[in-house]
Amino acid sequence: MLRAPVNKIIPQSSVDGPGNRTAIFFQGCNFSCHYCHNPETIHLCQNCGTCVADCPVGALRRDEAGTVCWDPARCVGCDTCIKVCPHLSSPKVRLLAVEEVLAEVEKGMPFIRGITVSGGECTLYRDFVVSLFERVHPLGLTALLDSNGSRDFSADAELLDTCDGVMLDIKCFDSAIHQKLTGQPSERVRENAVFLAKKGKLTEIRTVVIPDYLPNEETVRGYCELLAPYLSAGPIRYKLIRFRPFGVREPYNRLETPSEEYMEQLAEIARGYGFADVISV
Amino acid sequence: MEENAKYRQFQEAVLRVVSDPHLTHEQAMMQLSRLAESYTEGFPMPEGFLELQDELNEMSAMGEGFVPYVPRYILPDYDKLMREGCQFLRLDPPTNLREAINTLEIFYHHVPSTTHFPVFIGKLDRLLDPFIEDEAEAKVLIKDFMRFIDRTISDSFCHGDLGPEATTAGRLILEAERELQDSTPNITLLYDPDKTPDDFACLCVQAALDCAKPSFANHRMFSADLGENEYGIASCYNGLLLGGGSYTLARLLLNNIAFHSEGKEDFFQNRLPRAIDVQCAIMDAKIDFLVNKSAFFRSNFLVTEGFVHPDRFTGMFGMVGMCECVNDLLKKEGVAGRYGHDEVANALGDEIMAFIDQRVKAHHNPYCPQTGGRFLLHAQVGVDSDSQCSPGVRIAIGDEPELYDHLRHCGRYEKYFVSGAGDIFPFESTAARNPESVLDVIKGGFAAGMRYFSTYSSDSDVIRITGYLVKRSDMEKYDSGKAVQHDTVALGANSMRLRHFDDRKLRSLC
Repeated sequence: MLRAPVNKIIPQSSVDGPGNRTAIFFQGCNFSCHYCHNPETIHLCQNCGTCVADCPVGALRRDEAGTVCWDPARCVGCDTCIKVCPHLSSPKVRLLAVEEVLAEVEKGMPFIRGITVSGGECTLYRDFVVSLFERVHPLGLTALLDSNGSRDFSADAELLDTCDGVMLDIKCFDSAIHQKLTGQPSERVRENAVFLAKKGKLTEIRTVVIPDYLPNEETVRGYCELLAPYLSAGPIRYKLIRFRPFGVREPYNRLETPSEEYMEQLAEIARGYGFADVISV
Repeated sequence: MEENAKYRQFQEAVLRVVSDPHLTHEQAMMQLSRLAESYTEGFPMPEGFLELQDELNEMSAMGEGFVPYVPRYILPDYDKLMREGCQFLRLDPPTNLREAINTLEIFYHHVPSTTHFPVFIGKLDRLLDPFIEDEAEAKVLIKDFMRFIDRTISDSFCHGDLGPEATTAGRLILEAERELQDSTPNITLLYDPDKTPDDFACLCVQAALDCAKPSFANHRMFSADLGENEYGIASCYNGLLLGGGSYTLARLLLNNIAFHSEGKEDFFQNRLPRAIDVQCAIMDAKIDFLVNKSAFFRSNFLVTEGFVHPDRFTGMFGMVGMCECVNDLLKKEGVAGRYGHDEVANALGDEIMAFIDQRVKAHHNPYCPQTGGRFLLHAQVGVDSDSQCSPGVRIAIGDEPELYDHLRHCGRYEKYFVSGAGDIFPFESTAARNPESVLDVIKGGFAAGMRYFSTYSSDSDVIRITGYLVKRSDMEKYDSGKAVQHDTVALGANSMRLRHFDDRKLRSLC
């Protein structure tokens, strides 16, 4: 049976695409961004057991095979396990079947207009995602992907057909800096952005803004210039996200949070390229 | 009571009112008139009424007094005013926006109710929109109009409606309200996803998160119950017939009925039916006095000119404390379960509702022909002296379940309450960034059977206490011993202390 590691499911989200949506966060990412706001979703659990001893309420244990097991009934959600994890992971990940995720989604009806799969990186579980999306559409729900853009969408017609839109994380335009920041070059992300925009499937692009650390303005200008010709194929929201230290690992949590004025300057640049829907959060 | 003792008590009450520094002149005058009404008996008390109200507190006639001389809630036909003007007030039909607003302002002054202020000021957008020619000018006039309403109608049980269609007037009213941040009037969007465009509904959501209004009425549900163009929302959230209203409102305190019952059997066999019957009897007696003895229906210009029609009035059969009632009965039966959380408790809630609904429907009052001779159920929100009792059929504050479960729970019970039931879901201010998400929640709630949805945000100065709106800043002023313009501020401040509405669960859409 098709299963995928799920970090968490948020039944009501207003920040993962249009309207109210159920957001499913997969575990595991092929990027390792310095400023990641939920670095515990980057790797799968190594079963090292470090967290077991530190859990203040005994909600973690190792079974005979040495696998770390989590007891949600005992867990108080203090996140000590995540803080002490040496592998950027979490013991609270559940390996779920499509039906199990679907059951969670159905609990949110009729209050949601759709679902968004996020991560980690959701396209690492491409088969699972396709199967899930095929099941949610008959329910009258829309299905969006929130991706880091590392998968070649132009080579996966099935994935593209089953999703209603993609929200792409745009970390940085410059490939060398992108490589340094995430561990991967930026060319694929750029190609995907253009490809998806042409197809009218690029719902949103989003950029985390960190003053004096990333070339924020260059990234905004670079992508706006790249995508502006395709705005006629479908509106693209540009969401500019202020860097905040919460959840970010050392030493990157000491990076600077941008001012509202700076965010507005960047938003103005995007609007100048014809992006009508620019929000700063 | 001895006549002399009663007279002394009356005098003491009068002296208390005239020396209270919290009261404006208008508020003191109204309280004095209330005293006259409560110390005069215009009709014989129905059997059991005084015991149930004054000794057991199982029902209440809502302090209306015993010489009703005006219907509690009046919804005048403002379309007629726009069309024909008013002879009594020597008003010609308005021909432009300025005249339309001036006509309404004058007319409002003469629309009474239990609060002595108009509880329904019309479907504001539909009244004004035909007169809008220049939008910039309209914006200024409408903002002044809304300010005039707040500063002259000193009680926030005053309600205007918008929708279901989007109009320029509707949009300008929302803009004015966001700028003004006033408590009055209360506003409702009559919302139908097929008739109200999403962008207008989203503007309404943003306004609600900004200034606690409008609320959203399930237009399809109210239309099915009362007729599509036949109803308006008045006072808190009361669905009543246009050109009519409600003679009176009384309420059961289900929590106390349960408290005095030995168990479920005693509750259903003896206590509850008795309270229902006595409440129907006091409502009958008041309506009879109002229709046959008081002057209103014979001589008031609203009646003689046809702004209201006697056959379009009804009686509102209210209730509070369902949550505490269910929990108390379960405890007495030794059954574990909590209202709003466990099926056994919710099923008992169903049973109680079905019982009340059936018995009230079986009662006939000859003066309510347009509602089939029946009183309409009303989920009453409480009065400022209540404690240990939740509004209507709401789940207790502090014990709210997760959002979707809570909305489904509302949908399960609100269908019974044709003359109003609703709940309040405050959101974190970040929800304003994605108003569509809140709109999805409202759409889902209505699809699940909810009748009325209110929201405000964690940052609002204007907040909804139970059904009415109050500015937090006014309550602080009142609590520091100063007089404030709106009499509802005192109600809000007292309710906050006794029923902790500030602890209402704040919802986040992550």
